[in-house]
Amino acid sequence: MRDVAVIGVGCTEFGERWSTSFRDLFVTAGSLALEDAGVSGEKIDALYVGNMSAGRFVEQEHIGALIADFAGLATNHIPSTRVEAACASGGLAFRQAVTAVASGMEDIVVAAGVEKMTDVGTGASVDMLASAADREWEGFAGATFPGLYAMIANDYMHRYPLTREQLAMVAVKNHENGANNPIAQFRNRITIDTVLNSSMVADPLRLFDCSPITDGAAAVVVVPLERAREFTDSPVRVLASAQASDTIALHDRRDISTLDATVAAGKRAFERSGLTHKEIDLVEVHDCFTIAEICAIEDLGFCAKGEAGKLTADGATALNGDIPVNPSGGLKACGHPVGATGVKQICEVVAQLRGEAAGRQVDAEIGMTHNVGGTGATVVVHILGV
Amino acid sequence: MSVSRFWRKIPQRYNLVGTQCTTCGRYFFPPRSLCPDCRRSGEIVDHTFNGEGTVVTYTVIRSASDQFENTTPYVLAIVELDEGPRLTTQVVCTPEEIEIGMRVRSVFRRIAADGESGTIHYGTKFVPVEH
Repeated sequence: MRDVAVIGVGCTEFGERWSTSFRDLFVTAGSLALEDAGVSGEKIDALYVGNMSAGRFVEQEHIGALIADFAGLATNHIPSTRVEAACASGGLAFRQAVTAVASGMEDIVVAAGVEKMTDVGTGASVDMLASAADREWEGFAGATFPGLYAMIANDYMHRYPLTREQLAMVAVKNHENGANNPIAQFRNRITIDTVLNSSMVADPLRLFDCSPITDGAAAVVVVPLERAREFTDSPVRVLASAQASDTIALHDRRDISTLDATVAAGKRAFERSGLTHKEIDLVEVHDCFTIAEICAIEDLGFCAKGEAGKLTADGATALNGDIPVNPSGGLKACGHPVGATGVKQICEVVAQLRGEAAGRQVDAEIGMTHNVGGTGATVVVHILGV
Repeated sequence: MSVSRFWRKIPQRYNLVGTQCTTCGRYFFPPRSLCPDCRRSGEIVDHTFNGEGTVVTYTVIRSASDQFENTTPYVLAIVELDEGPRLTTQVVCTPEEIEIGMRVRSVFRRIAADGESGTIHYGTKFVPVEH
């Protein structure tokens, strides 16, 4: 296995991008990443693109070929593969690219993620997102995606000391970070009252506990570490890549409030990198809902079960805290174009490690990403370092 | 959900017909055709559940997909059947009544419809057991 490095990253602005198409989003992110890497298109050996549901969001399948074509690579005939694991599609596309380079099969690989969600109405997108869970036995009964995470929240709050205000602090902190991220969908600061006075979506989760519906794309370029200096003076090493799965349905989990796939992927990432929690300077976690960030912090092992609410309220997860969580603003404030999110997390960690995250910069040499599909049926964890 | 996809699971949806692995005795609902513990040495047979169980966790859905929009707010829960397996279901009660640990039993109810002229989906919901 070869060591792998990220040499370039690019991200579109996240938001309701009415005037921008699916393919234009991708082309923008891809161009930014190649420019950042100093690599020309014809040098690319392979492409992996994370996308959850173009078939239903924009009625377009065969995304691998489409993306290669509009990236101007059709006549190069490179292998281009779409990767799908619901909201973890992006993280998984990155992992596929890392695997391809580490194995020696390819040298210069682009990992991208793209989702165009606003071409359908809210009701339709709620229905599509529910297909990340079990359509036959959860969706059929009327389960929405916020509803499933709300059931995690109620189980959690029944068993552990988490207050409604502590939960709201997750969103307040992520909006604070997002305010300093130029690509973020929401760059406004909010208060605990903003969250507590917003409309109820699925008890106890309110509108400001939920990540938004977003259009966006992100791309990164990976190469063997030994070649990284040909392209950049500031390569970022991939120190660990881990993936885990669990039951598709929430009701079949061993423990409703613990994402065992997060526990498994996190453990593998720490084992493979030989690192300890104290050595991680920042984490981008999958906060599709505020309760998801609480569970992620605990399930990755940064504190014991039941303690993440207090940790958040005490400011330990803020930019200047002991373990900054979601400096990008997370899914909550930066936005959540589902297939792109996992790649955006990589972009954020790379920006942080290079010292390019103006306004939200953390003093960091090692960062972690945590990308979840569904309610925890797929989890992808990466550790990057300089 | 297409007619064939709904139709093929009618016994399961209407009457809580799940499965059991007779090798290890474990019950499955939603039904499984492969026992995760015994794998290929497991023997799977149908099993009709008695329909009583306990609420493990719940929520009240206020914002739903188009198919369920006109039934909001509704109570959604994970119920643990007395035989062991857990399932996701609606509980027919008010948002104020639902609580973790509540005893419930299954009933046959209308779940949703595919638009105004499509199939009406019937299935199982749960109601609180009277004290």
